[in-house]
Amino acid sequence: MAERMSNREGLRGMANPARYGLERVAYWLQRLSGLGLLAYLIGHIYETSSIVNGKVAWDKMLELTQTTQGHLILTLVIGMCVFHTANGIRVMLGHGGIGVGKPGQPEYPYDKSQRSATGSLNYKQRLCIWVSIALAALAMMYGMAVLFGD
Amino acid sequence: MAVETISKTPEVSVPISSNSIILRISRFNSKTDSSPTFAEFKVPVQKWTTVLEAILFVKQNLDHSVAVRYSCRQASCGSCGMQINGKPSLACYTKISELNSNVVTVEPMHNFPIIRDLAVDFKQMFATHKKMKPYIVREDSEVTPGTKEFLQTPEDVEKYLQFSYCIKCGLCNSSCPTMATDTSFIGPQGLAQAYRYVADNRDDGKKERLKIIDQSHGIWRCHFAGSCSHVCPKGVDPAMAIQLLRGYLLGFRK
Ligand code: SF4
Ligand code: FES
Repeated sequence: MAERMSNREGLRGMANPARYGLERVAYWLQRLSGLGLLAYLIGHIYETSSIVNGKVAWDKMLELTQTTQGHLILTLVIGMCVFHTANGIRVMLGHGGIGVGKPGQPEYPYDKSQRSATGSLNYKQRLCIWVSIALAALAMMYGMAVLFGD
Repeated sequence: MAVETISKTPEVSVPISSNSIILRISRFNSKTDSSPTFAEFKVPVQKWTTVLEAILFVKQNLDHSVAVRYSCRQASCGSCGMQINGKPSLACYTKISELNSNVVTVEPMHNFPIIRDLAVDFKQMFATHKKMKPYIVREDSEVTPGTKEFLQTPEDVEKYLQFSYCIKCGLCNSSCPTMATDTSFIGPQGLAQAYRYVADNRDDGKKERLKIIDQSHGIWRCHFAGSCSHVCPKGVDPAMAIQLLRGYLLGFRK
């Protein structure tokens, strides 16, 4: 018999944030910001390790970060860091069963409204996601003001 | 997917009115095809026509070879889960009119092997479900002489009732981002069922079940994306069950 098509969505499906509401968008942002911060951490270690090559090498490396592109990357890092932390706290509490709602009797027509009211898709979760996004945006604006200001 | 399109119009006398839609059905035979194609059919619909009825119209009048699994036609058996216009849904529980589109595309559920066309293989999900010990585990029984009924208060029942509504349709597994990449993940369906029995105060199998789910492709792979709860057609809320279950392993719950 021919090999059955597994029909797994794969990475593309995992990374598609468009279909399952705000919670899936938060999941996507959390993963993306996690990867971004990992990349930054590696870059940061590379950057700071230039000090072992003496002051000239270190200054040269610092100059690289003092460009517009460097500032934009740092602004993005600030946003990723704040979102990942704030949303991470929500997810960690949720993982312990905190703030995920209370079981009850499902009511016909079993649509999403009940899960949004008393279940795991509740407004507190959604509010925390929006707050995380807002905090990240605010931190980025502040970061930009500091980095690009005189 | 979808490279070749086969279009069919009815040969029988079918009233083609303004109330007709184009139904695009994904066709794939695991024995003969290398990739799926779409076949398009013009189907007359009423306000109340469900996606399953539209597919059955095609089977009866246009192409009887379309493979689809169904039984109850009333969202109870869990057979007819599929991707309807890109969203995992039950075909018998989705009205064409609520899709607000003249083109309805049906594809097999993601994350399940395709048997043919819209019918997918549930073997792995059923095996995982069975592994969760989906029954009350305890030494005595209600039917042993000398024992009596296991009484529960309404509050006791409410702790697990929601999760016992699961019809094993697999829609939650097909929407889960971890399921999309991890072939061995237990999945929201199985984990929600583990919680259903762990939360039942007649059950003594908590320790065994927690051991089964506390493994590398187990509960820790859930990242609380909530997609399972978005698509569940029975209000089960697997995402809540999984987080409450994890609470036991993390010591937040006793
Ligand atoms: S939890 Fe909901 S979506 Fe998942 S199998 Fe059960 S009924 Fe279907
Ligand atoms: S046919 Fe039974 S759930 Fe749809």
